[in-house]
Amino acid sequence: MSEIPKDLSYTKTHEWIDYDGDGTCTVGITDYAQSSLGDLVFVELPETGTKVGAGDALAVVESVKAASDIYAPLDGEIAEINEQLEDSPELVNEDPFGEGWLFKINVSDPDAVENLLDADTYEGIVEDEED
Amino acid sequence: MPFIPHTEDDIRSMLDAIGVDAIDDLFDEIDDSLRDVSLDSIPTRASEQAVSRLMGERSAADAGGLCFIGAGAYEHHIPAAVWELTTRGEFYSAYTPYQPEASQGTLQVVYEYQTMMTGLTGMDVANASLYDGASALAEAVLMAVRANRKSKASRILMPASVHPFYRQVAHNICANQGITFEAIDFDSRQGTVDVDALDRWAGEDVTALVIPQPNFFGALEDVDALTDWAHTNGALAIGVVNPLSLAVLKEPGRWGAGEGADIVVGEGQPLGAPLASGGPYFGILCCRKKHVRQMPGRVVGRTQDIDGRDGYVLTLQPREQHIRRSKATSNICTNQGLLVTAATIHMSLLGAQGVENVAATSIANTRRLVNKLTAIDGVERVFDAPCFHETALRLPGDASAVLEALADRGVFGGLALADFYPGLENTVLVCATETKTEADLDVYADALQAVLVEQAQAA
Repeated sequence: MSEIPKDLSYTKTHEWIDYDGDGTCTVGITDYAQSSLGDLVFVELPETGTKVGAGDALAVVESVKAASDIYAPLDGEIAEINEQLEDSPELVNEDPFGEGWLFKINVSDPDAVENLLDADTYEGIVEDEED
Repeated sequence: MPFIPHTEDDIRSMLDAIGVDAIDDLFDEIDDSLRDVSLDSIPTRASEQAVSRLMGERSAADAGGLCFIGAGAYEHHIPAAVWELTTRGEFYSAYTPYQPEASQGTLQVVYEYQTMMTGLTGMDVANASLYDGASALAEAVLMAVRANRKSKASRILMPASVHPFYRQVAHNICANQGITFEAIDFDSRQGTVDVDALDRWAGEDVTALVIPQPNFFGALEDVDALTDWAHTNGALAIGVVNPLSLAVLKEPGRWGAGEGADIVVGEGQPLGAPLASGGPYFGILCCRKKHVRQMPGRVVGRTQDIDGRDGYVLTLQPREQHIRRSKATSNICTNQGLLVTAATIHMSLLGAQGVENVAATSIANTRRLVNKLTAIDGVERVFDAPCFHETALRLPGDASAVLEALADRGVFGGLALADFYPGLENTVLVCATETKTEADLDVYADALQAVLVEQAQAA
């Protein structure tokens, strides 16, 4: 069973979100996602400063067998990207909720964070997909 | 892996095994209305005998003369061993090497080819080839738009000294994808692009600058200045080269003061492909390592199997359609395997020195030809810039009429340029490769002299 930290928020498309309470969210992909993709060989991240809308495809993670779009969970602007992933994409597999973070967004509407899925709801989605 | 067709009995027993009556039943998901299409506008089939005869007649029209036409496809001597080996069944009928366990021979040849291309161009990576030079340029443009993330304009500066067919193909393939081409004129005296002509675009959002070397007129562009201009203005530099010329010219990987060209394309025909009335040829594409994930086409890589032995595989496959689908780097998912095999064998047989000799002899022969022809009254070089193995000459008469009269005398004198460049009336692009002897050059000069006299008298 994949790891699903209780203190994070989630999307149906297997992103996790960590809101710092002060306008910035860190985003990555979940343990379930990294395990389904297999060993990552490349991560294509947006430029900082890019404005994004919730649901926009803004990054791509590439494994040996698949290339998967990553979607912005919320409206906002890219504040920072995880530069380590350029040389070490495997961090996403090894530590998906920690060192494998993808990017940080300055969210335009912090209240929208409430509408993201909680850990239990996300767990239900994963269980359904695994069946 | 040999190809053995199925007999009726094979087919019957396979259908029986899966419980199906007829092969057509396997297609029953396709609507009847789509399946019963008749191909009325296509003529009925012709026999092998009839087709062979027709092709023989057509190819005869391109034969029977001394060829001094270049313009993108060049007659070079191909050692007999090249096609003797290339047409061996193992190479000739090999399929796409998606199964490495059954394709090591094919994969290794392509790997060697890629290695030779990076050596010639001075770039980091080469793909397994594309269809031809023209479509390779189109792919390079699409690649530059993807790779140059700082540029939003999708604007490509395209010198008019690039081969007219290449410009047309790039336009056909790219124009509907939101890409704009801005024409850059060449200097009418030099026949090359003056870097000052780019001033109009300095400080503007330019995605890439295309740099031909040599250009369509055989002239040598100021590749260093052009490459530096591109990089200073945040544009990628796309080199379009004749691979043979790279034996004597500075390789694109070292153009300019910085890292050299970003993407290099070219036509591989001069390396072992016969003229063959226009094809098949093959497209070369190379790039800097940092852009490799945006590069289209197949790439062969070297790796180790589970026993630690060297082996070859198709690599970086997530760029391609079978994984990325509509987001793949190209809709092309093939390469010109047979031509690449011939080119690799050709280059191996000639060796680096041999390839250089071919280039040097072609340059010398063209120089000698130009001297002989310009000794004729009224025939003069059009452009001042130094050239590789072809150049434009102005004639004292209608170029097309002269070429026709020359052809009647067994000399294919060159390509008339007026149709492609208004302003270059009475102009012919001529080329003499290493296949021409001194006597051949004299045949041309004598024929031209005679034709011009005739035409002057008839006027």
